[in-house]
Amino acid sequence: MTFTRFRTAAAAMALTGALAATATPMLAQAQAQEQFVPLLVYRTGSFAPLGIPWADGKLDYIKLINERDGGINGVKITYEECETAYSTDRGVECYERLKSKGPTGASSFDPQSTGITFAVTDKAPNDKVTIQTTGYGRSESADGSVFEWNFPILGTYWTAADIMLQDIAKKEGGWDKLKGKKIALVYHDSPYGKEPIPLLTARAKMHGFELSLLPVVAPGVEQKSTWLQIRQQRPAYVLLWSAGIMTPTAIREAQATGFPREKMYAIWWAGSEADVKDLGAAAKGYNAITVQNAAGKSRIHDDLLKNVYDKNNGSAKREEVGTVAHTRGMLISMITVEAIRTAQEKYGKGKTMTREQVRWGYENLNITQERIDQLGFNGLLRPIKTSCKDHMGASWAHIITWDGGKFTNSSDWYQGDASVIDPLVKEAAAKYASEKNITPRKCEG
Amino acid sequence: MFYRENGQFKTSYRADQQIFPIRQDRVFMLLVLAVAFLAVPMLASDYLLRAILIPFLILSLSAIGLNILVGYCGQISLGTGAFMAVGAYAAFNFGVRFPFLPLLVQVLLGGLCATIVGVIFGIPSLRIRGLYLAVATLAAQFFVDWAFLRIPFLTNYSASGSVSVANLQVFGFPIQSALSRYLFCLSVVAVFALLAKNLVRGAIGREWMAIRDMDVAASVIGIRPMYAKLTAFAVSSFIVGVAGALWGYLHLGSWEPLAFSLERSFQLLFMVIIGGLGSIVGSFFGAAFIVLLPVGLNNIPHMLGLPLSVDTASHIEHMIFGGLIVFFLIAEPHGLAKLWSIAKEKLRIWPFPH
Repeated sequence: MTFTRFRTAAAAMALTGALAATATPMLAQAQAQEQFVPLLVYRTGSFAPLGIPWADGKLDYIKLINERDGGINGVKITYEECETAYSTDRGVECYERLKSKGPTGASSFDPQSTGITFAVTDKAPNDKVTIQTTGYGRSESADGSVFEWNFPILGTYWTAADIMLQDIAKKEGGWDKLKGKKIALVYHDSPYGKEPIPLLTARAKMHGFELSLLPVVAPGVEQKSTWLQIRQQRPAYVLLWSAGIMTPTAIREAQATGFPREKMYAIWWAGSEADVKDLGAAAKGYNAITVQNAAGKSRIHDDLLKNVYDKNNGSAKREEVGTVAHTRGMLISMITVEAIRTAQEKYGKGKTMTREQVRWGYENLNITQERIDQLGFNGLLRPIKTSCKDHMGASWAHIITWDGGKFTNSSDWYQGDASVIDPLVKEAAAKYASEKNITPRKCEG
Repeated sequence: MFYRENGQFKTSYRADQQIFPIRQDRVFMLLVLAVAFLAVPMLASDYLLRAILIPFLILSLSAIGLNILVGYCGQISLGTGAFMAVGAYAAFNFGVRFPFLPLLVQVLLGGLCATIVGVIFGIPSLRIRGLYLAVATLAAQFFVDWAFLRIPFLTNYSASGSVSVANLQVFGFPIQSALSRYLFCLSVVAVFALLAKNLVRGAIGREWMAIRDMDVAASVIGIRPMYAKLTAFAVSSFIVGVAGALWGYLHLGSWEPLAFSLERSFQLLFMVIIGGLGSIVGSFFGAAFIVLLPVGLNNIPHMLGLPLSVDTASHIEHMIFGGLIVFFLIAEPHGLAKLWSIAKEKLRIWPFPH
C-alpha cells in the first residue's frame, strides 16, 4: 500500500518535474552590453571525436576575445553550449531554446551538421537568425539573393569537390588527361554525403571521366562490399565523403584492398588528426582538403596559449591547440566575431547588435590580408569578402597529406572554379526559390 | 471523497456507454482540453511550443498508432519509423505534385499511403507471431530506408535526398507561427485520440484484444484472425503515417530518411511499453516520459547554475534516464497508465480504504 502510493507519487513527480524543467530556461537576462553567441556542439555520440576539437576551438577563440580584448569593442561575448549529439531533433531543440537568448537574441548559429542546417534553413528567415555554415551546409545557399540568412563562408561541398578534382587534374597533367578515367565517390549515405554529387556529375560530363557512386550506410563501419567494388572497378582516384568512424574504416579497407592511399582525397571533416593518428603509417599518403593552412601555426595560437591556456581556462588539452580541427573551430568563431565587429562599425561601436544587424555584418564582411595579419591568422587563410549576391566570400582551400606522423601541405591555395560552380548554384537556388515561393532579392553589383 | 460515483445513476444505455462514465473524469478531461487549447497558447513561449509540445503531441499520436498494433492486437512491430516515413514522404509527394490540395488532405493522404504499406507488411503476421513478426516488420524499416535514399522520384529529384515543405496553410490561414502549428497538431491529435479510444472500445477493438489474448480461442468463437490482424495493421499505420506527415510538415519542415530511422521505431516501442500497453492515455504518458524527461534532465544542471560541461550533463542525463526506465519497469511493469489507474482506484475509495 505505502509502496504503491510512493510509486504513484514518484511517477507524477517525474512527469511534472520534466514539464516544469523544460518550461523555465528562458528567464530574463541581465541587460548588460553583451552579445550572445550560441554554440551547437556534439561532444557525445558517434561523431564526438571530430566534434570535440572543433567545439573547443570555437569556444577558445571566444574566450580569447573576452580575455585579451575585453570583448568586441568592449561588448563582452556571452555564450552557451548546447549538445546535439549530431541528431537533428536535438539540434532543432537547441536552436529553439537559444535563438532568443541574450539581450538581442542569438547572433548567429553554426549548426555543425548538414541535417540541422537543412532543418533550420527554413526557420531562419522567420526567426531572423543568421546561419553560418563554414565549409558545409547547402551548397546553393552561396546565392545570397535567395538565401538571405545563410552564409556558407569559405566554401561549400561543391567548391571542395571542385578543388579536389583540380588537384587531381594537376597531378595527372591537365583536365584532358582525366578522359576515360574512373573516379569513385565513397560517401556517407545522407544529405551530407550526397552534396558533392551534382558538381561531380557536371565535371564528369565536361571532361569525360566516369563517376562511380558508392554509398556507405551510416555510421560507416560496413564497407567491405564498397571496397570490393573498388577492387573490381579499379578507379583512378577515390573521393571520400565521410565523417567519424567511417574515415579510419575506409583507410583500413583501402589498405586491405591494396588501394593506394595517395589516390584518396577526403573532405575536410575526414581530414583531422583524430581520423588518422591511430593508423599512423597505414594512412601515409592520404590526402584531405582544408579551408585553412593546416600545417601552419600562427600568432593567434601563441595569443591563445598566453591569454587563455596559461590561466588554466582553455577548453582543450594544451597540445591540441594548432591541430586541424581545433584551428578550424577558431576560424569559425573568428568569422562570427568579425561579422559582429563589421556590424558595429555601421550601427555603433560598443553596442549590442541585433540579429538583423549581425546579418548585415555577415553580408559585408571584408577580411583583407592586412586584417588577417592584425588578427594573427597570417598564413592560415586568404582574404574573404562577402556581398549581397555572394554569401560565400571566397573558397580558398588547400590539399594536405598525411606523412605518417602529421599533416603537411601538398598543394598551393586553390579556389573553386566559378565558371563551373556558379551556374549550378544559380540553378539549384532558383529551384529552391520556386519551391518555397521566394522572390529573390535584387542585389546591387 | 471527491472522486466517487455515488449518486450518479445511468438510466439509458447511452449514458452507460460513455467514454468517461464518471462525471469527475469528464470534468477533468474538459479541463485538460481547456488548458491545452486556451491556457497553453496564452502562456507558453515559442520555445515551449516548438521544441517541446509539438514533438510531444506528434509522438503521442504515433505512440497511439503503435499501441493499437502492439498493445491492443498483440502484434509486435519494429517498423513504426518506416510507416512514419511513408506518411511523411507520401504527403510531401502529394503536396509537390498536386499543390492545390489542402494541407489536411495531404496529411491524410500520407496516412492512407502508410496504411497500404502497413497492410502489405502486415501480411506476414498471418503466419508468424511474436518476436518473429518483430523481425519481419524490421524488413519494412530497411526497405523504406532504402527506398527513400535510392529512388529519386520519391524525393522529387532533390540532389541531396533531403526534402522540405513551405507555405503551409489551412483554409487560407498561414500555418507559420509556433502557435498555429501547435493548435493544428493539437486538433489533429485530439480528434485521432478520440477516434482511437472509440475504436478500441467497440467491436473491432474487442476482436483485436481477443486475438492478442489468444488467437486460437478467438478464431473458435468466430473472430477472423486475418480481418482482425490486418485491420489492426491498417488503422495503426494510418495513424502512424499521419503522425509522420505532421512530424515532417509541422515539426521539422525539412527532413531526410534519418529522421525516421530504426532508432525512432525503438523510441516509439519504448514509449508504448513504458506508457502502458493497451492504453490510449498511456501513449501520452510514454511520449511525455521519453520526449520531455531527457530535455528536462538536460536543463536541470544548467538551471541550477551547476558549472557542468554539456557532455557531462548529457552523460548524466543518459544515466538517470536509463535508471528511471529500469525503476519504472520494476515498480510497474504495466506502465505509467497502470499507475494512473491505480491512483484513480485509490482515489475512489479514499479516505476509507478497505
